[in-house]
Amino acid sequence: MKLKRFEEIIGFTILGFSAIIVILILGTIIVNIISYGSNAISWEFISDFPKDGMTKGGILPTIMGTIFVTIITTLFSIPIGVSAAIYLSEYAKEGMLTRIIRAAIRNLAGVPSIVYGLFGVAIFVQGLGFGSSVLSSGLTLGLLTLPWIIATSEEALKTVPHSYREGSLALGATKWQSIRSNVLPYALPGILTGSILGLSRAAGETAPILFTGVVFFVPGLPDSVFDQFMAMPYHLYILSTQHHAIEQVRSLAYGTALVLITLILIMNFTAIFIRFKLRKKFQM
Amino acid sequence: MKLKRFKEKTIHFLFFLAGISAIIILLGIFSMLLFNGIKTFKDVSILNFFFSTVWNPSAYHEPSYGILSMLVSTFMVILGSMVIAVPLGIGTAVYITEVAGTRTQEILKPFIEILAAIPSVVIGFLGIIFVGPLIAGIFNLSNGLNAVNGSILLAVMSLPTIISISEDAIRAVPKEYKEASYALGANRWTTLIRVIIPAAISGIVAAIMLGTGRALGETMTVLMVTGNAPAMPHSFFDSIRTMTATIAIELGEVPYGTTHYYAIFAVGTILFLMSLSVNIIAELVTAKYRTQRT
Amino acid sequence: MNNIIIKDLSLAYGEKQVLKRINQEIEEKKITAIIGPSGCGKSSLLRCINRMNELIPDAKIMGQIIFDKIDIYDSNTDVTEVRQKIGMVFQRPNPFPKSIYENVAYGLRINGLKDKNKISETVERSLDDCGLLKEVKDRLHTSATELSGGQQQRLCIARALAIEPKVILMDEPCSALDPASTFKIEELMVKLKTRYTVIIVTHNMQQAARVSDTTGFLYLGELIEFGNTKKLFTKPKEKLTEDYISGNFG
Repeated sequence: MKLKRFEEIIGFTILGFSAIIVILILGTIIVNIISYGSNAISWEFISDFPKDGMTKGGILPTIMGTIFVTIITTLFSIPIGVSAAIYLSEYAKEGMLTRIIRAAIRNLAGVPSIVYGLFGVAIFVQGLGFGSSVLSSGLTLGLLTLPWIIATSEEALKTVPHSYREGSLALGATKWQSIRSNVLPYALPGILTGSILGLSRAAGETAPILFTGVVFFVPGLPDSVFDQFMAMPYHLYILSTQHHAIEQVRSLAYGTALVLITLILIMNFTAIFIRFKLRKKFQM
Repeated sequence: MKLKRFKEKTIHFLFFLAGISAIIILLGIFSMLLFNGIKTFKDVSILNFFFSTVWNPSAYHEPSYGILSMLVSTFMVILGSMVIAVPLGIGTAVYITEVAGTRTQEILKPFIEILAAIPSVVIGFLGIIFVGPLIAGIFNLSNGLNAVNGSILLAVMSLPTIISISEDAIRAVPKEYKEASYALGANRWTTLIRVIIPAAISGIVAAIMLGTGRALGETMTVLMVTGNAPAMPHSFFDSIRTMTATIAIELGEVPYGTTHYYAIFAVGTILFLMSLSVNIIAELVTAKYRTQRT
Repeated sequence: MNNIIIKDLSLAYGEKQVLKRINQEIEEKKITAIIGPSGCGKSSLLRCINRMNELIPDAKIMGQIIFDKIDIYDSNTDVTEVRQKIGMVFQRPNPFPKSIYENVAYGLRINGLKDKNKISETVERSLDDCGLLKEVKDRLHTSATELSGGQQQRLCIARALAIEPKVILMDEPCSALDPASTFKIEELMVKLKTRYTVIIVTHNMQQAARVSDTTGFLYLGELIEFGNTKKLFTKPKEKLTEDYISGNFG
């Protein structure tokens, strides 16, 4: 009996350790980036253009580029993703086709991001002739985000009680009227949470934009969706691996990493906050 | 009234189109890869492509397109990362679901979500400046850009996937199993090892498969920390170059419509099929455990 | 005359036959109760009358229901119009998570009414008809989910009345309520029958006996007996009915 008790204590301790290691990994990442990155941060760093072959100045165009491309991603993936979720949750009957759609969504979520990049090059850059541009990159990231948006939106729609739909239909509302006025509004916070999380991942991606529109340097900000752009993740990649003066720009790389992580964490905390509010409201 | 019905039908049809977009995109990606990739084999024999270890597309006289080295490299980092991430991930998942109190759970879960949200390029960056020197120091190497570094970073990248999916699987084990075990006098540890984990095993296997898929498809981290030498690796301390890294390195500089261009798409096709297989295995395992349950 | 005429109505969920060739005329401006043991198909029958069964994916419906001179199952019939004319109240009160006012106004808005005064007027009248107006007058714009269960159910009735249906279907409307709220709803039903045809499904025989004019006894998907409530409860024609109302099964 003593032995069993001993075994239990050892076992739980090991489990506890694995959780602690995972926390430590995250802690190391965050602390390292913040402690070294904060030295690089100044008002000039986030509001100025790079200078002297990227060895000085700020990263404003990379911040704007990331935001710009994320907006295009949003405009593409949210309407299609939410519509697909509405189809699956409200219209689709369980059957072969629906099963195939669901399988396709799950498999799309597993497609490597560099493969999305290849697809973007072949379809958007060359096939549709959008060239290497914000548009091509935004659309590529949109495709990448789509399965995530569909899955989380469908989950949000499913939490809306069936009785809201029934009650509305019984009053003579059409299906679309019911969805629009009595289902979507209540699923909206959930859809928003999922979408923001998905978009935050898109904002940090590098591989899909590598060949579809991002460049290390362009003078000025993009004027149109057909311009090339700079972006934080790519900037960090170049500063840490390809730059001619890697040691010299290390602090700029840290600063870029910090700004990128901050943007993504802000998006994540916004999403977590919305979910928290939502849970309180619906007691779910 | 006719108009109202027409409107409803149109709306239904539009949603249907959005619904099948996933199928169209998946098929689109596959046919695009295949369409371009297959052209490689006009100039390169299939045998050479799969079994030659030499990948040197820009050689002046005789360019060669053998992917064996990158296949081996890819498998190496997947294996290495899973050796680290599987015990750690499952241990953490079990800890969260079965050991931690609700308060600890509430704190841990967002932590895992944040870890999942950290961009791969940031993790790659830390691989260069933090993990690399560490490895070089411990093992007395000239630099730490090798398969070990790649494995560690990929483990970090796939941990959130493994943790969250194993967690769901463990949570799905009916409470009755646990209660029955306690009623027989088993303690929590025995119940965990003998009852809960066996009951959740297919979900845990699915989690490992999806984690593998994550490691297989990850580009930036391996690109940044594995040194990218396009040769057959002999040990984990060698510099390696995975399939994803090869695509990322070469697509930018390759002229459109050349054999080299098509060969990159062929590598992409192999990568796509591999990740599809991993996903399908995960799905079959999950389907099995769903039918077992009901 | 505006009776509901059910002709040869059959319903199946997949392989499972739920209703078997029901033929019956239901009289207007009366309360008709449908009773029977649970699982006999009484709720399914009710949901056929405003085509709510179509929401169940594998439901197959055959036969006709004639109301207002049209077959509601005819392919030219607009289902939304059917549901506007034949309202429904559900087993569990299902107010939308909107304000009390917006709940009642909802049906009017989706039917295209925009005139604010008219909406206000109708909302107040409907609430008044259900005896709810005096209880909620000063908090019309607070959330409907804060009302008590009985008030919520009366709100759902008011919501159905607002779009001026001719028939109101009630699917065990009191099964989730306490006796006092049940009493109020029963009172309301009696008041409503002067203007509306009311069909109620209930598992509570006392309730059927108290409020209804006509009762139908449904057993395993067949309408065993249908007729004057008092007669059905005191001198049932069928042995099955007698067994059921005397509590021998069910």
